[in-house]
Amino acid sequence: MAQAVPAEQKWWSGGKSPFNVEYGKLMMWYFLMSDAFTFGAFLISYGTIRFATNSWPDPNEVFQSFPGLGSGLPLMFVSLMTFILIISSVTMVLAVQAGHAMDKKSVVRNLVLTIIGGIAFLSCQAWEWAHLHHEGAWWGSNPFLNADGTKATTNFTNFFFTITGFHGFHVFSGVVINIIMLIMTLNNVFERKGHYLMIEKAGLYWHFVDLVWVFVFTVFYLV
Amino acid sequence: MHQDNNTEITFHHEYDREASKKEVIKITVILSVITLIELALGFWMYLSHHSLGAFMVMLIKGVILILMLAKAFYIVAYFMHLKHELKNMIMTIVVPLLLFVWFIIAFLYEGNSYKNLKNTYDPYHKEQSEIKVEKKEQGSKEHDAHSSH
Repeated sequence: MAQAVPAEQKWWSGGKSPFNVEYGKLMMWYFLMSDAFTFGAFLISYGTIRFATNSWPDPNEVFQSFPGLGSGLPLMFVSLMTFILIISSVTMVLAVQAGHAMDKKSVVRNLVLTIIGGIAFLSCQAWEWAHLHHEGAWWGSNPFLNADGTKATTNFTNFFFTITGFHGFHVFSGVVINIIMLIMTLNNVFERKGHYLMIEKAGLYWHFVDLVWVFVFTVFYLV
Repeated sequence: MHQDNNTEITFHHEYDREASKKEVIKITVILSVITLIELALGFWMYLSHHSLGAFMVMLIKGVILILMLAKAFYIVAYFMHLKHELKNMIMTIVVPLLLFVWFIIAFLYEGNSYKNLKNTYDPYHKEQSEIKVEKKEQGSKEHDAHSSH
């Protein structure tokens, strides 16, 4: 449900923000919308190539290793990565809510947890990339066969590394933004301003990273 | 709590911290449960992917994609709080995204059509894409075991 507004409220007669959000937050939303189109273009081109190809590698055979546990465990590692990202999204929401309540201690705690989650996700991705590279997979090189036993093209690895790489770069920049937010919080910048709206914008970016992972995870590892 | 009441623009959204915390917990549980269902479906396909018919596989994948959209909705609506914004603002974001409906249908249809045309009019391509590579599985499996660390 949209926010409750008194019926006689005239949003467009001037003197107030017609969307009732600050400028920066609105622009963050529009940036994220454009970013959604970038990721959408990547994923749709991936889908188009997949639909245009007779056979495709089975993700359960490609992604089946877990650090320390060996191979033959499809979906396990990526599930871990997915849950790490969901939990870090939750701590980010809690940080934003703590900001609304001007609860600096809770903001700091939840931001730290979010940053740890982001770094954990990046570490997982680094391990997975290193492992796949070790198996001979990279841009332009695909050691995996198609699900029906025929030879696969390099489209599979090209799309995988490009799209998860682009997403990983978003996670990385999200972690950097969150670290900056943490430093600003510790320096009482938001206390002095009287509000923590900046954290809300960083939070939007962070949730977007989680949102994109929902799509990447599904189309690369599940279907 | 500090709050500017003398300006018209406060960007104040109604906040009840306890209620919002409860909402966060609820959404977390929903997202986790949906993810677990997705994974269960994935494992089901993995464990029985030779016995499931093509239609069944398509059906499971379709369910997974619908669950994916449900997760996206919960993240955007509650974590990103879009559901609590003004309707006009929501529309400026959601309406442009409707372009995706056309993008997805048009491009996937195009890809599929390309595949069919190539298989029909380029028999060499079709022949090549049906040659099975002799199983070098042993080699790659061994390699796998070595590289699992």
